[in-house]
Amino acid sequence: MNKVATDIPSAVADVGDGASILVGGFGGAGAPTALLEELAGRDLHDLTVIANNAGTGTTGLAALLASGAASRIICSYPRMRGSEIFEKLYSEGSIELELCPQGTLSERIRAAGAGIAGFYTRVAADTDLAAGRETRVIDGRLHVLETPLAADFALIRADTADRWGNLTYRKAARNFGPTMAMAGRVTVAETDRIVPLGDIDPELVVTPGIFVQRVVEVPS
Amino acid sequence: MSAGWSSLEMAAAAAGDLVDGTYVNLGIGLPTLVTRALPSDREVVLHSENGILGAGPPPEAGDEDWDLIDAGKQPISLVPGGSYFSHADSFAMIRGGHLDVAILGAYQVSAAGDVANWHPGAGIPAVGGAMDLAVGARSVWVLMWHNDQDGRPKVLAECTLPVTGRGVVDRLYTDLGVFGFAGGSLVCRRLAPGVDRATVQDRTGTGIVFDDKEGQQ
Repeated sequence: MNKVATDIPSAVADVGDGASILVGGFGGAGAPTALLEELAGRDLHDLTVIANNAGTGTTGLAALLASGAASRIICSYPRMRGSEIFEKLYSEGSIELELCPQGTLSERIRAAGAGIAGFYTRVAADTDLAAGRETRVIDGRLHVLETPLAADFALIRADTADRWGNLTYRKAARNFGPTMAMAGRVTVAETDRIVPLGDIDPELVVTPGIFVQRVVEVPS
Repeated sequence: MSAGWSSLEMAAAAAGDLVDGTYVNLGIGLPTLVTRALPSDREVVLHSENGILGAGPPPEAGDEDWDLIDAGKQPISLVPGGSYFSHADSFAMIRGGHLDVAILGAYQVSAAGDVANWHPGAGIPAVGGAMDLAVGARSVWVLMWHNDQDGRPKVLAECTLPVTGRGVVDRLYTDLGVFGFAGGSLVCRRLAPGVDRATVQDRTGTGIVFDDKEGQQ
């Protein structure tokens, strides 16, 4: 078993038009910048991006959006300092936005990876974000039904990998990585380093390799 | 502002009410000032939604680590005893009722304790973790200016902007004082120095019940 991709292009070679892509990161921390910029350089269309933010500046996710590859984004916090590229695309009507509370977003992704068909949560109940949605009163409180969010690909950034795809993360760059890794039909991790099997202390593996299909070394 | 608290003084009022040994989430914007105002005799563990317990103050210039940022994407530090975890675990802490206090910024708060802080009315909305915190934390506090930049009240009978959560706010800290909510009414618990009852009522868009003995010497 060897999940190590030889280079960045081959790690995401099968991403095609219309694909759905989970994109790791909270702001820039944990963002798979090299993989995103590889996709930005290709003539891709109609991608659905699922990420916490909608990119800032001109690199990474912002570069992918600027390339016109994405027609839809599902995220919790698209508007922030530096998110001009998304804001321009959104105001032009060239990208569709589905806003999702951050914890609901991560739990929908977790549900997809864990084989859970849906869950009820109090979050967003009786607000505009849950308008028209299926609800249920549980223990006297209104809950909203949320459904899983799987995707064709999950692109994440981790710290250390081995050829089985075991991953560790660095500080708060962990964020969505472990959860998205579970929910991508193909999960690709760009990592600072790839080490021999056994070099990662098994007690410290955060994402077990079963959730990861490819790793590619991209030193920061 | 001619009377009342500065932003740091508002934050200090909230920080002074935090109890030793609690887990607290600070929202982006004004609530981040609470870090700077924590009394030194309180050990309060700060939670950051992006997977941090034990969030510490910003590092010295030049020592920033962009893998260690807060909810507002600003560089922070980790205190001894701190930990990192995934978003799924972070929001399990929030939704699961493990956080003692969440201190949120807001556009508006209503007399019933509704809070509006995700949709500015016009433009692109951004919810982040606000709705999760609003229903998940055991106690929800709001820290905000009493009036907007045009002098209009932000504390109202009903929110006019889309709400983040209904009936969830327990305490409200503004430049004019500290407020609670009881029986559908706004209750003034404490007036900021130099602020009288008539002023705070005049600058509020709902009736106030005054019980402002807190903080009096």
